[in-house]
Amino acid sequence: MSEYAGLGLFMALGAGTILLLLVLTSVLGPRLRFAEKDEPFECGESPLVSPYRRFPVKFYMVAISFIIFDLEVVFLYPWAVVFRDLGWYGLLVAAPFLSMLSIALAYEWMKGALEWD
Amino acid sequence: MDVALVAKTLFIFAVIMLVFAPLMTWVERKQSALMQDRIGANRADIFGITAIGLIHPVADVIKMITKEDVIPAGAHRLLHTLCPLIAAVPAAISFAVIPYGGSYSAWGAHWSLVVADLDYGLLYVFAIGSIAAYGTVLAGWASNSNWGMLGSLRASAQMLSYEVAMGVSVLGIFMVFGSLRMTDIGVGQQETFRLLGFLEHLGWVAPGTRWVDWVTIPAWGIVLQPLGFFMFLAALMAENKRPPFDTPEGESEIVAGYFIEYSGMKFGLFFMAEWIEVVVIAGLMTALFLGGWSLPWISDQELIGWLSVPFGPNLANLLAMVVNVSVFFVKLCFMIWVQQILRWSLPRFRYDQVMHLGWKILLPLSLVNILVTAILILLVDELAS
Repeated sequence: MSEYAGLGLFMALGAGTILLLLVLTSVLGPRLRFAEKDEPFECGESPLVSPYRRFPVKFYMVAISFIIFDLEVVFLYPWAVVFRDLGWYGLLVAAPFLSMLSIALAYEWMKGALEWD
Repeated sequence: MDVALVAKTLFIFAVIMLVFAPLMTWVERKQSALMQDRIGANRADIFGITAIGLIHPVADVIKMITKEDVIPAGAHRLLHTLCPLIAAVPAAISFAVIPYGGSYSAWGAHWSLVVADLDYGLLYVFAIGSIAAYGTVLAGWASNSNWGMLGSLRASAQMLSYEVAMGVSVLGIFMVFGSLRMTDIGVGQQETFRLLGFLEHLGWVAPGTRWVDWVTIPAWGIVLQPLGFFMFLAALMAENKRPPFDTPEGESEIVAGYFIEYSGMKFGLFFMAEWIEVVVIAGLMTALFLGGWSLPWISDQELIGWLSVPFGPNLANLLAMVVNVSVFFVKLCFMIWVQQILRWSLPRFRYDQVMHLGWKILLPLSLVNILVTAILILLVDELAS
């Protein structure tokens, strides 16, 4: 339990310090608002388009691949920890899994999902 | 909560947040100045004393706190305020599982120099580090700015990509040391292995030949996982969005990217997060690959044993603690230096190059690394048995 006491203290200290800095800057800073200052920065022009519009589908593909690969990596962690105890059997069992991971990556690569133009 | 726990927590927190974080702003400027043949920050002074620019961090903090906090029109006010917090807090708290010393006992007390010795150690760092991605991505999204939106889109894809590479490239370390607990990995790295031992195993020299024992190498992560070291460092640096991987900020293309609409200390917190993260990366690399707190070839027991001869066991433990903590921070500073050298040497990658490196180089290479590591471990274990 003492591990979590230390962790809790550390987290409280970290969050507290950052929060204090945030509060200080909003309390101590001056306030002088006018319409031009409030405008989002766009190199001196008034913004023509809203940023909340459609964005390239590439980013969506990256997010999908991330979920697949990161989940598979998470499955590999417990295997890696007990790998030495499992011996050759462990490698034999993980081989299909690892090769599926590699095949998925190769397929994605061939399909051009990893290309940025 | 006992005194030792509070003391060691306060110590490492103070060192990270009050020494390293402000000092990093100074290191960043002085290093760039050195590498670009300039003098660097040297103007801020207290009664005429500039102390080679060391007063600048103080001046910076005072300036940033007293600046106006502008939230642009149309921005999501709550998220805009929360995002610096979400970005900076994970950086500040991820050092909790990194051991900065071994375990010691003196005068009946027993303590180990890590804030939280969690059995899933590194997973904590990964989990906490992933939260920082939300801060970055939402910061650009919440500021109602086109530049911010572009920056946060880039940041989202980059941080997701490198999280995969980061997770796979460090897997070899867990296979070698058989643990996720950072102190286990630290103790595991105190062992040495005989470089010429295979001659005995293969029967080429008679067992017990003395010169075989002469050449030993500490079993540090960088020796056992050389490829893993470089891949993990690259992935961590990309995850931290520092140059040469700073495409989400890219001041020459998208002005400042995701934090363009931030001012005052809110802006400063994003930078603070980056600099603390540099220290955390250095700590991780030290703990996993550079032997942690131990001197090469000397294990904790040996060190305490030698110091016990003149000083007695209690004082020996204390002295060993001082030695180990100093060794850890020397290694930490070295890894910070490596990152700073890379940061000021390499130009920024193009965005497609960043993604290419993550998905097409680091990920396949680290998968191959796992396979090679697995086969080598099994072969060595077979030979040794």
